Amino acid sequence: MADSLDQIFVLLKHWLVGFVPTGWQPLISAALSIAAIIVVFATLFAITTWLERKGLGRIQNRYGPNRVGPFGLLQPAADGIKALTKEDLVPRAADKVVHYLAPIALLLPVLLSYAVLPVGRNMVGVDIEAGVLFFFAVGAATELSVFMAGWSSRNKYALFGAMRAIAQMVSYEIPLILSSVTVIMMVGSLSTVNIVAAQAGYGGWLPDWFVFTPWGFAGFVLFMIAAAAESNRSPFDLPEGESEIIAGYFIEYSGFKFALFFLAEYLGMFAISGLGITLFLGGWNAPAAWLTWIPSWAWFFIKLVAIIFVFIWIRGTMPRLRMDQLMNFAWKFMLPLTLINLVAAAVWHFMPPGLPRWLVCGALVVAPYFLLGRALFERKDLGKRVYRYAD
Amino acid sequence: MSLPFAIIAMLTIAAAVAAMSLRNLVHCALALTVAFAGLAAAFLQLDAQFVGFAQILVYVGAVAILIVFAVLLTRGGEAPEKTVFSASWFWGLLVAVTVFGALAWAITNSFASQRAPAEKVDATVKQIGDALMTKFVLPLEVIGLLLTAALIGAVIIAMREESSKTKIEDGRSKIDKTVPPSSILHPPSSGGQQ
Repeated sequence: MADSLDQIFVLLKHWLVGFVPTGWQPLISAALSIAAIIVVFATLFAITTWLERKGLGRIQNRYGPNRVGPFGLLQPAADGIKALTKEDLVPRAADKVVHYLAPIALLLPVLLSYAVLPVGRNMVGVDIEAGVLFFFAVGAATELSVFMAGWSSRNKYALFGAMRAIAQMVSYEIPLILSSVTVIMMVGSLSTVNIVAAQAGYGGWLPDWFVFTPWGFAGFVLFMIAAAAESNRSPFDLPEGESEIIAGYFIEYSGFKFALFFLAEYLGMFAISGLGITLFLGGWNAPAAWLTWIPSWAWFFIKLVAIIFVFIWIRGTMPRLRMDQLMNFAWKFMLPLTLINLVAAAVWHFMPPGLPRWLVCGALVVAPYFLLGRALFERKDLGKRVYRYAD
Repeated sequence: MSLPFAIIAMLTIAAAVAAMSLRNLVHCALALTVAFAGLAAAFLQLDAQFVGFAQILVYVGAVAILIVFAVLLTRGGEAPEKTVFSASWFWGLLVAVTVFGALAWAITNSFASQRAPAEKVDATVKQIGDALMTKFVLPLEVIGLLLTAALIGAVIIAMREESSKTKIEDGRSKIDKTVPPSSILHPPSSGGQQ
């Protein structure tokens, strides 16, 4: 029973594919997988917008949406209809073709990256050998789409936003990739399915997830910080800082094109969180052996919603970074830590299991964190701030 | 020649032609990116996953961004008024055809063309990594050293001359040490303060 519930979507797909002639089966199978990915994650996007507005409202001591449907649950539908019926404005000076292509060129790579995410047992779009590399490759393609949006709008704020976004994404891509290289080193494979399979066991009172090792924990934290920056989430949402550059690179987009940007941003966040789950949080594996009766796909989405919740929480509580703080943080703090973390992972691999391994690797992770943090803070005078005009 | 290859080849060549002939420099850069992506697709079609994805990661993700920034930071993206034509194109064409002919002759007459086509190997990413870390570790290190040297050189070229001592630290200039202008110390009474 539990087994068939676990495989219910796989069986459903096989049953549906069985209706078409043999020659068409690979095509129909791929189309079904793509349709499922789009429907499920777009629905998750709608729920997340509601959850985010409710959660932020709770943090900021207000109600959030509460007029459309019970608890404002139909608010995403209302927003969608609003976006569809709004006029699509294109500035007269804009580069029409590039302006039109930018939202599509942004959404396409984001949707492609879902192809390698294993959302459950036997539930992965394609299990390619270089899965993680594929994910980062298509992720890198979004930077140019952001530039296309900012440049084609012929708006200085849009161009500023695009420049900020590109500088940020290029800088944080390095810690992002370097922190996931540790997992690839340990598993010895770039395939996301193999990475999940390597975290399947339950040793002692903790599952064999990589986050429960010193290098894995440091890697996970660094990965999620870089992921927040890569998906332009608060506190790294400088590219769209409302108080300075209004909305950044999508300032000149209205109606459904704006909704596409919004969708691409959230889908990018889900995708990179999904990769974080796959790499460090055991993918679709249950956290304990006696919890395996819950279907594997449910575990993936439980973990995903938990990470989304943390993202909303951070957005409600952290102030936005300044540009120089952002760059200093990436190059002076995150990059050295990820490099040291690589060494820690290598040491972990070559030492025999036991307490000494934990101590050495833990020291390798914790000591640089404190030393680097201390050294970077020393040069700052964190005293009372002197204002020139505001006093 | 299979149909997917024909589509990829047509797309790549069309994008490359567009990159050369479009008037707006930014459009050229975007067309060049499409050509890069087409090359990556050609690699993937040959089952060279690592090279294909690395091509996207490096060329579409980094080199295209570099080109676009260079275009924006140097000349601006304005399209030239009249068609670009130069008399030296004729000589350029002549040189290009000569070089192509010489290379083609050399390749068709080389021992490589007489060799039997290699058997199809399944080069996994793991095998490529093993080869890079064992057999080809010296070339890898040399390339790494070269790139590091290039990086340091670029930083030195881009570094500002230390002539002006107004060093701005963390975006916050040390204003508390400079003497503020008198207009700030004594705001005009008509300003409506107090």
